[in-house]
Amino acid sequence: MSRRLAWREPSTLPGFAPSLSLTLLWLGALVIAPLAAMVASAAGLGWSGFWALVLRPRVLADLSVSVSSALAASAIDACFGLIIAWVLARYRFPGRRLVDALIDLPFALPTAVAGIALAALYAPQGPIGAALAPFGVAIAYTRAGIVVALMFVGLPFVVRTLEPVIEELEVEQEEAASMLGASDAATFLKVILPPLLPALLAGFALALARGLGEYGSVIFIAGNKPMVSEILPLLIVTELEQFNLAGATAIAVLMLAASFLLLIAVNLLQAWIRRRHGG
Amino acid sequence: MAAESSAAAFASLRGPARPLLIGTALGFVALFLVLPLGVIFAEAFSLGLRAYAAALADPDVRAALLLTIFIALVAVPLNTFFGVAASWCLARFRFRGGALIVTLIELPFSVSPVVAGLLLVLLFGRFGLLGAFLEAHGVRVIFAVPGMVLATIFVTFPFVARELISLAQAQGNEEEEAAVTLGASFLQTFLQVSLPKLRWGLLYGVLLCNARAIGEFGAVSVVSGEVPGQTNTLPLEVHALYSGYEMQAAFAAATLLAGIAIVTLVLKAALESRHRDELRATRRARTG
Repeated sequence: MSRRLAWREPSTLPGFAPSLSLTLLWLGALVIAPLAAMVASAAGLGWSGFWALVLRPRVLADLSVSVSSALAASAIDACFGLIIAWVLARYRFPGRRLVDALIDLPFALPTAVAGIALAALYAPQGPIGAALAPFGVAIAYTRAGIVVALMFVGLPFVVRTLEPVIEELEVEQEEAASMLGASDAATFLKVILPPLLPALLAGFALALARGLGEYGSVIFIAGNKPMVSEILPLLIVTELEQFNLAGATAIAVLMLAASFLLLIAVNLLQAWIRRRHGG
Repeated sequence: MAAESSAAAFASLRGPARPLLIGTALGFVALFLVLPLGVIFAEAFSLGLRAYAAALADPDVRAALLLTIFIALVAVPLNTFFGVAASWCLARFRFRGGALIVTLIELPFSVSPVVAGLLLVLLFGRFGLLGAFLEAHGVRVIFAVPGMVLATIFVTFPFVARELISLAQAQGNEEEEAAVTLGASFLQTFLQVSLPKLRWGLLYGVLLCNARAIGEFGAVSVVSGEVPGQTNTLPLEVHALYSGYEMQAAFAAATLLAGIAIVTLVLKAALESRHRDELRATRRARTG
């Protein structure tokens, strides 16, 4: 009877209580306490007060800038990330390992450094900006600049999620398809893509989650014009600088809710991948 | 290895599609990864070596570098210690609520850095929950170094723990159980049985944790007063120089950070190729 009520499975290993206490202490002090502070501040706003702060025109406009830019960037990353992951997993060519190591650059390079580098490249006087200017295309200081920065930070999420899944694909089906005379396009669409879909979606969702919250790499290349090229995290910073703590809190609650939803989506997708590939 | 070469031999899309796909991948990587890295160094040296050295000799840049190192030296060991503790209880034991704790540990990865900074302001700031208490005792957290350390710990919280939890779970408990049955103490079991199995994963987690701790911008900028020479880390100093139109100086300071990033990537690649099998368990466990 008491076995059934036990909250942990019996184990011969020692050290459970001290390691759990340390973990809960650290987690409580550093993650749960700050989150609780936010919940308390948000509750202080009240239901109608919260919505009044969220439904301001500038918040809605910046929300749409953030969401549309992150969606566009993650979609582009998903396409090119799929190609890059495929090439790295399946082909052997000189420089492959260098490219493989470089994919993680956005994880390792500080966002502020990425931000000034991209701004220098795409500014009207920069090498890429100057090349595009004759065609009337401006990237820096527009929404396109935000998309470029988010593409940079999001790419490794797609590649690193897909690569191991591609490595474990069974090649027999692809062989059979091509032996039966399927074209490359047909093999890709009907044989290769379907089993990769959950991982592709998971990579897309991870890049999207990162893109929605990204700050450092975006602010240098975005115009930061309110309602036009200003992202939501920058609006939080602006509100804080103007001592509008309530406004900042309301936006942050909105963003936290969005990241929770994406986190749940990613976990569901990864459970789906595990089931497909038999754990 | 055998599976790998047979996969390469029979890989589909081997006809004209192959060079096209490789070309597209290399072009994208060159345009979006290599070029941004190259432009940092090109801009930093655009006024010559002397200007580069002068920019790095600036006292504010030096102070920023020291503060960055100090914060990493506090945040990384603390998160490593607690990451090891978390992996022991979460990977070696099965208990109710364990999955919830793992989710909470990974939470900082999905929170915007700016929101992370704001969370600390709401707790420790002047109008925050503990603000009045801290002010009465003369303790300043926000707009000062303690807040920047806390922000860095928050954003780098999951790196070591996540790496070790999935690795230890994949490895199982058999050897630890055998050691304990044979009379080893907790410390002996941990130091002589578990740690050797986990060391490369531990190093991997510490490496990523350190890179993020040094480079964090958003969370730290929210809780820093951004006073040059006092509360500017290197990324904040880069921002300050760039905003002040001192482009070459900003890029010179940025080369230090880019250099650390390159060293991180080289070490990471070396770890991944030399200890592939030990780390592979982690990659599999994470993505299925």
